[in-house]
Amino acid sequence: MAQAAAVAKPPAPPRRRRASATPRRLPYLLIAPAALLMLGFIAYPVISVFYYSLQHYNPTKPWRNGFAGFDNFVHAFTEDPLFWDTLVFSAKWVVVEVSLQLLFGLALALIVNQTFAGRALGRALVFSPWAVSGVLTSAIWVLLYNSQTGITRYLADMGVGEYGTSWLSDTSTVFSAAIVADLWRGVPFFAILILADLQSVSKDLYEAAEVDGASRVRQFLHITLPHLKDAIILSTLLRAVWEFNNVDLLYTLTGGGPAGETTTLPLYIANTSVDAHNFGYASALTTVAFVILLFCSIVYLRLSKFGGESK
Amino acid sequence: MITKDAERTAPVTPAPSSSATEPPQRPRKHRRAWDEVPRWQIYTPLGIYLVFTLVPFYWILLFALRKPGSTSLVPWPITFEHFEKVWNERSFGTYFQNSVLVGVATLVMTTVVALAGGYALARFDFKIKRGFMLALLCSQFVPGALLLVPLFQIFAELQMINSLGSVILAETVFQLPLSMILISNFIKNVPYSLEEAAWVDGCNRFTAFRVVVLPLLRPGLIAVGSFAFVHSWNHFLFALMFLSNQEKQTIPVGLNTLLSADSVDLGALAAGGIIAAVPVVIVFAFIQKWLITGFSAGAVKG
Repeated sequence: MAQAAAVAKPPAPPRRRRASATPRRLPYLLIAPAALLMLGFIAYPVISVFYYSLQHYNPTKPWRNGFAGFDNFVHAFTEDPLFWDTLVFSAKWVVVEVSLQLLFGLALALIVNQTFAGRALGRALVFSPWAVSGVLTSAIWVLLYNSQTGITRYLADMGVGEYGTSWLSDTSTVFSAAIVADLWRGVPFFAILILADLQSVSKDLYEAAEVDGASRVRQFLHITLPHLKDAIILSTLLRAVWEFNNVDLLYTLTGGGPAGETTTLPLYIANTSVDAHNFGYASALTTVAFVILLFCSIVYLRLSKFGGESK
Repeated sequence: MITKDAERTAPVTPAPSSSATEPPQRPRKHRRAWDEVPRWQIYTPLGIYLVFTLVPFYWILLFALRKPGSTSLVPWPITFEHFEKVWNERSFGTYFQNSVLVGVATLVMTTVVALAGGYALARFDFKIKRGFMLALLCSQFVPGALLLVPLFQIFAELQMINSLGSVILAETVFQLPLSMILISNFIKNVPYSLEEAAWVDGCNRFTAFRVVVLPLLRPGLIAVGSFAFVHSWNHFLFALMFLSNQEKQTIPVGLNTLLSADSVDLGALAAGGIIAAVPVVIVFAFIQKWLITGFSAGAVKG
């Protein structure tokens, strides 16, 4: 059958419609591998997380395992102070980190979008930390913050900070120290995305504004910023989700310490499931994290009128 | 003579900053007033930012190259003993091989699967397309780290714990959504009429794609493939969780071991960090010129 069809086809005159309307199953065949992989390794795990969140499930305490109803959730919201602490820290971390990244990233993109001598090299250098992983970032900043041999020692000699204290083990400095380390590789991400969008702003607009005598500040406010709006909204959202979810950096930089000072909710979940083997409770916390993320994203997109009348 | 000279020097002379607000008096081809930000306003912030960017890199080089116990700020005389130690005694040689394997396999799988799916999304209208696109977007909100437990169980079921295959699969799956969106945007940028012309010339869909579309997709594919490689090279939790044999581990896990050791060997840590950074730096030097265009072509707006 198939062969007959294949033989019958070639002599057919070039008919555009026929060719584009050909095999109805082809698109399904093409997305099948991706769809199957995602069903098996994303959708199914997500569903099983929801399922486990209603179970007592702890391999080290098998006698307690079984259906739990909403016990896990009730425990989180009413009895577990750590949950609230990590939630508050997560919010603080995401808000401070992402807004600083956006601010510096925007400034950096505007700068390297200008024409100047050495621009290619300048771009390559300032973007380079973006390629660096969470663990490697941690390794680098652990070296820098080392109390005996790090840059903190040289700063202490100049009167900034105290000699012999590690900024990562002091509860009063650890937050800023972690923020700076994450900024180091996060700012280039924003800068690259914003730069990519900056390049598509029509130069005519600026020339027209120039003729009308608009100042650079006004050109920025009325041409550049509106054009960047959607890109900024989307990259901010993606980055916020990513900063919330990512555990690589804090896990290896501070381990959540000192004294739980830098434990985000996902880090707490990882500890609960991997170290404490309390899978049921960890799944409930994961579910809560999902709901929060989803809720915040929807609210954010609504408030920012993403894709709205600006275009 | 004079006018000619003036014309020739005009594009080169730095503009007086006041000219930014003056309307141009005569057509100037090479000077665009809006582009004439005073030099110091570029170089000063850029310089400060460069210091912030480069000092950490310098610091890790310093620790990797100078003799143990030295406190000099210049790594001289240079020693490679930290590298030898990390490579041989801390098995970074093995980790390196594993990481290369994971990175390359993830790159190939992600690119091939995302290419097929991206083509379908770009060129066909089919029933579940909208739903599928929505699923791709939603998957961006699913934190891989939070799915560790069910993923572990799946891989245990498949008897893939302790094999690099589990890490490769997991990395691929979490790279797929974004890669597919990017690739489908790249394909949309290739005019459909080119493909149709190839059919008219007697190509079937596949040959037309291979001969006409694929060469034009190269920059996009290089960008997507590099991201897949770099992400899997850097990512750490999957390897940490799914591989318990030391000789199966990857570089980031090796680095983490050095970091969490009771007394951190700073020289070894720095050397290990540099070994971890080298392939990524090479990849990025290579794709630099495609990076921005790749993003602007494939980014947010389809």
